[in-house]
Amino acid sequence: MTTDFEVVVVGAGPAGSIAALQLARAGIATCLLERGPFPGSKNVYGGVIYPRVLDGLLPAWRDEAPIQRVVTRRSTMLLTETQSVAVDVRVAAWGAPPYNGVTAYRSEFDQWLADQAVQAGATLVTSTTATGLRQEAGRVVGVSTDRPDGDLSCSLVVACDGVNSFLAREAGLYARFSRHHMTLGVKEVLALDRRELESRFNLTGREGCDIEMLGATGEITGGGFLYTNLDTLAVGCVLKLDDLAASARRPEEVLAALKAHPSIAPLVAGTELVEYAAHLIPEGGYDAMPTLGKPGIVVAGDAASMTLAAGVWLEGVNYAMAAGSTAAAAAVLAQAEPGGLAGTHRHYTRLLGASFVQQDHKRLRRAPRVVFSDFVQHVQPGLVCDVAESFFTVANPEAKPGLVRTIRRAMRARGISTRAALRSAIATVRVFR
Amino acid sequence: MTPLDDFDGLDFEDRMATATFDVAGDAHIVVDGDACEGCTTKACVTVCPASLFVELSSGGVLFNYEQCFECGSCYLVCNEAGAITWRYPEGGKGVIVRRG
Repeated sequence: MTTDFEVVVVGAGPAGSIAALQLARAGIATCLLERGPFPGSKNVYGGVIYPRVLDGLLPAWRDEAPIQRVVTRRSTMLLTETQSVAVDVRVAAWGAPPYNGVTAYRSEFDQWLADQAVQAGATLVTSTTATGLRQEAGRVVGVSTDRPDGDLSCSLVVACDGVNSFLAREAGLYARFSRHHMTLGVKEVLALDRRELESRFNLTGREGCDIEMLGATGEITGGGFLYTNLDTLAVGCVLKLDDLAASARRPEEVLAALKAHPSIAPLVAGTELVEYAAHLIPEGGYDAMPTLGKPGIVVAGDAASMTLAAGVWLEGVNYAMAAGSTAAAAAVLAQAEPGGLAGTHRHYTRLLGASFVQQDHKRLRRAPRVVFSDFVQHVQPGLVCDVAESFFTVANPEAKPGLVRTIRRAMRARGISTRAALRSAIATVRVFR
Repeated sequence: MTPLDDFDGLDFEDRMATATFDVAGDAHIVVDGDACEGCTTKACVTVCPASLFVELSSGGVLFNYEQCFECGSCYLVCNEAGAITWRYPEGGKGVIVRRG
């Protein structure tokens, strides 16, 4: 059977472009389909690309990739309506190569990644939506597109079509695709003079800051984020879709409240909104992942729910790139076998299982349950803030209470039982040990 | 002014004007108005970040597709099976995120 391409990769995001890059490098005829007018034009993220995967695949990335800032300051904040406690981690070494994390505009970064795939020999086709799979006897043999006569036959489809994951669902790989694992991210990009931005966040040169917030979304389970680009800030919140649907609040209203918080307002003051955007995030972790492939198809990136939302760790682009690379490596192994590329899924599942992508997700499979639990979301921020406030409030002539007594008092004032606190602490330790 | 306007001193229309759309000729969202009339939650009205769904006094839902971020929240929260049919817009059309 002749095919148009050996492999069709759907979606030129981090997973798809890296897959196409590595497939093209292996001499495999690859088409990279993108529904947007250019790669990255549909993509929104929450702030930091962890680039270790790029060191091996594109060693020149530090000089060539369109990066905004290098994160040297990582802050985690717990907030109530009027208080906040932050753990502010600053590491000067992160500002020097190899860099721990970088910020970028996805329109630029994803386009650069796709360019690398094209330079390696992949065929990029933009402005083309994959509308479905072509299957024969349970095996995927191509994709349909919305171009006239635009159906493409191939031996392998790499589905990197994003969080809505239409192709993996059509292939029957999701036993239960569910909104319960989804969060809605809304984000504002705010213009701020570069010098003012750097002095406001205590940064020099290309240093950048990334702040994650918990407790800033009211009764809605979720979190907030704020990170720096060269001359813009990005501020947003991530809201559990079920909770948002059940609340009477609009997403931009939740974000406006977050921006008005006394600890956040000074950081965003005097800025001008230059772009508002929204995107879904699959935050179900390991247990929400689909079967990773079947004959003729493998799934990677958001389409396979490969984002880690484990409280202190919020990552996705790195997992997507690693999964794309693994899909290509699996294809190379399969190609040498009698069954050919159609057998890629078996190698992909095995290789990915041995990689940090699945190891992280498997180890932290219970993290979403803990991070999204009522205690961590709605009780803990207030407790931590109250304890910190009491501890640092000088109540002369009253003598200073000990820490244990301060904590007991704060728990009593908020009606928190020792049992509930211990249960949450134990669950947290179990997940992150 | 609806309660949705004027958060943060910013009119919702001004907020949406910061996003870029190359609008397709065909709607990629189709809503079955009959199904909506029996819906008690109308969650799409609340969650859509572009506020594309408006509840009518008749109990139905009015929608437009032009300024859609293509997130998929509406069809996922829809509790009336099949009331919202949602697909990606025609290739090259729809939202263009410049600083995602």
